[in-house]
Amino acid sequence: MFSIKELKRAFLTSLWFMFLTFPLLVMKVNTITDTVIWRWMNLLYVGVGTFFLSILWKYLLERRDAKGSDSTKNPFNEKISKYMKNKRVKTSAIVALLLIVIIYPFIMSMYQTSIMTTALMYVVLGLGLNIVVGFGGLLHLGYAAFYAVGAYTYGLLFYHFGISFWICLPLGAFLSAVFGILLGFPILRLRGDYLAIVTLAFGEIVRLILENWNDFSFGPSGIANIPRPDFFGQKLRLAQVTNFTYFIAIGLTILTIVLIRRMESSKMGRAWEAMREDEIACQSMGIDITKAKLTAFSMGAVWAGIMGVLFAAKTTFINPASFTTWESIVILCVVVIGGMGSIPGVIVGALIFILTPEYLRAFSQYRMLIFGIALVMMMIFRPGGIIPKIRRSYKFSTDSKETQEGEA
Amino acid sequence: MNLEYFFSLLLGGLTRGSIYALIALGYTMVYGIIKLINFAHGEIYMIGAFTALIIGGALALTGLNPVLIFVIASLAAIIYSAAYGITIEKIAYRPLRNAPRLSALISAIGVSIFLQNYVLLAQTSDFLPFPNLLPSLKFLAPVEHLISTSQFLILVSTTVVMVLLTILIKFTKMGKAMRATSQDKDMAQLVGINVDKVIMVTFLIGSATAALGGVLISSHTGQINFYIGFIAGIKAFVAAVLGGIGSIPGAVLGSFVLGLTESFGTGYISSDYEDAFAFIILVLILIFKPSGLLGRKENEKV
Repeated sequence: MFSIKELKRAFLTSLWFMFLTFPLLVMKVNTITDTVIWRWMNLLYVGVGTFFLSILWKYLLERRDAKGSDSTKNPFNEKISKYMKNKRVKTSAIVALLLIVIIYPFIMSMYQTSIMTTALMYVVLGLGLNIVVGFGGLLHLGYAAFYAVGAYTYGLLFYHFGISFWICLPLGAFLSAVFGILLGFPILRLRGDYLAIVTLAFGEIVRLILENWNDFSFGPSGIANIPRPDFFGQKLRLAQVTNFTYFIAIGLTILTIVLIRRMESSKMGRAWEAMREDEIACQSMGIDITKAKLTAFSMGAVWAGIMGVLFAAKTTFINPASFTTWESIVILCVVVIGGMGSIPGVIVGALIFILTPEYLRAFSQYRMLIFGIALVMMMIFRPGGIIPKIRRSYKFSTDSKETQEGEA
Repeated sequence: MNLEYFFSLLLGGLTRGSIYALIALGYTMVYGIIKLINFAHGEIYMIGAFTALIIGGALALTGLNPVLIFVIASLAAIIYSAAYGITIEKIAYRPLRNAPRLSALISAIGVSIFLQNYVLLAQTSDFLPFPNLLPSLKFLAPVEHLISTSQFLILVSTTVVMVLLTILIKFTKMGKAMRATSQDKDMAQLVGINVDKVIMVTFLIGSATAALGGVLISSHTGQINFYIGFIAGIKAFVAAVLGGIGSIPGAVLGSFVLGLTESFGTGYISSDYEDAFAFIILVLILIFKPSGLLGRKENEKV
């Protein structure tokens, strides 16, 4: 299966990597006590590891190139979507899923429920960012800024005026959307890489303001003692409130999925998709790019705002450290690894992304390392993500007034 | 508001500018040739600084001459960073050369996350003190309290690197090939230019200058950690955009403008918003002159 030449090549690759990783992995210098720790075992691990990995890499690359452009198609995925077309299968699947979701907090511990709530929050955040990145094709690296807007809306409004969670929820969404439009205006002319970098700058500016404007945001110490969500004005015990927060997250997730599915096939959603494919061609078809971009930004921001409010209520404490660029990048990873533009992809991506490190505690320190590799591998071998988007085609049927959806 | 304060800010700005210039060169060269924001470039700079710290720290135990150690550590940093640069290009960017630009950009973010955490796990998340290897200045007697050895070294080596790079790009065969590739990759290939090699050399040079910047700034500030690459990389990118990305003199000009703005901004306005100046400049320049100070306007084609 493997020729001598390939083995030799893999051997050379592993030598090269042993050279590359030598100072950083093997030596550990302490410049205060003037000691050097040598960790020769690491060199061995790297050598053996890269030897096999390079063979695997070569094989995967060859397979990718042989497959050609058709690599986004996936038989498993197609089978699922075929099953899902069957109405009875679909309803029973949804009912089963709902049952599991409702029973979950009563059979699991409080800790598990809390983790699941976090995962659900990332599902919504991912779906929100998916509007901007997946539908609109606008790479957004400052999404956590909107998340911060929501969280600080609740934090500050409660601190100064004692306004409750349920009023802040729509307010956070609204303010976030306003910020989305504010960000949208200056960058209307930008695209691609420039857009990515300006959104990153925007995210950092928001964080720096929160960190340094002490009179407004209480600086790095943040806002503490934010109340958890209340149930029609009644205070709940901690265990109850955890379950309640979980159900709020479930409700918001379902709402998000339904709304975003509707948005996707609306006129606006189709305009976003056209914009993603080619801005100039889209403009010459008469689509208002300005409007499409601004709606994409503000509609994406809405979910971040809502989740920000929920985040503040769940953790009862917020400070700028929760809204760094890495937070934005984590959410972007969810979208990209799940499948850009694909709603089930983003949901699965978020659940995998947030739950695995919680259950694989031993690996949790390698979490970001693995995600870095996953991003690169995903882009090279499976650019569509875990569950790639299935392109919809719209047919105009003559016998009914509505346009029908079909899958192509 | 005395004159000495002004001069120290000016020198501080020039020092910052030089470092940004050394990093921005890599961004602008890579962008000029394959139209990719090499997000991992800041991490290459960080790896350069770490390599110098490790090699320099280990050699310092042998009791060699500190200046010699500094030279060896810098060379090691440059070699290692260049090696990392070309390896990254080969693994993460080459397979995506014909893919959409978004894919390559996300892949670059992936590499950046990976390298940061690789250094974090292999070394430590704490700030490490960089060994003090440089002797203090004696020959600039009247102003030696204004300028430190490391600042002097930064200014001199940046100038030398710029001159060498200009010669390389303007007058050598490789430089010609690089210019041709940046204009039209396919056409360059048709006339017999080995595009893969040109791109490799670009990454090699860019990474080497970034490593030099990393070593010099760490010996100036005296401490490093795994996170220094991220913010420095972003700022150098801002500098490259400011000058007009793809243009080498633009990157240098942009770096100095940014360095001086930051230095005077923190000196005269507020030090709280040190990092914000770069981002505000970036947003303003992209709104009013997206092609940058020395950039050419590109026409969009469908």
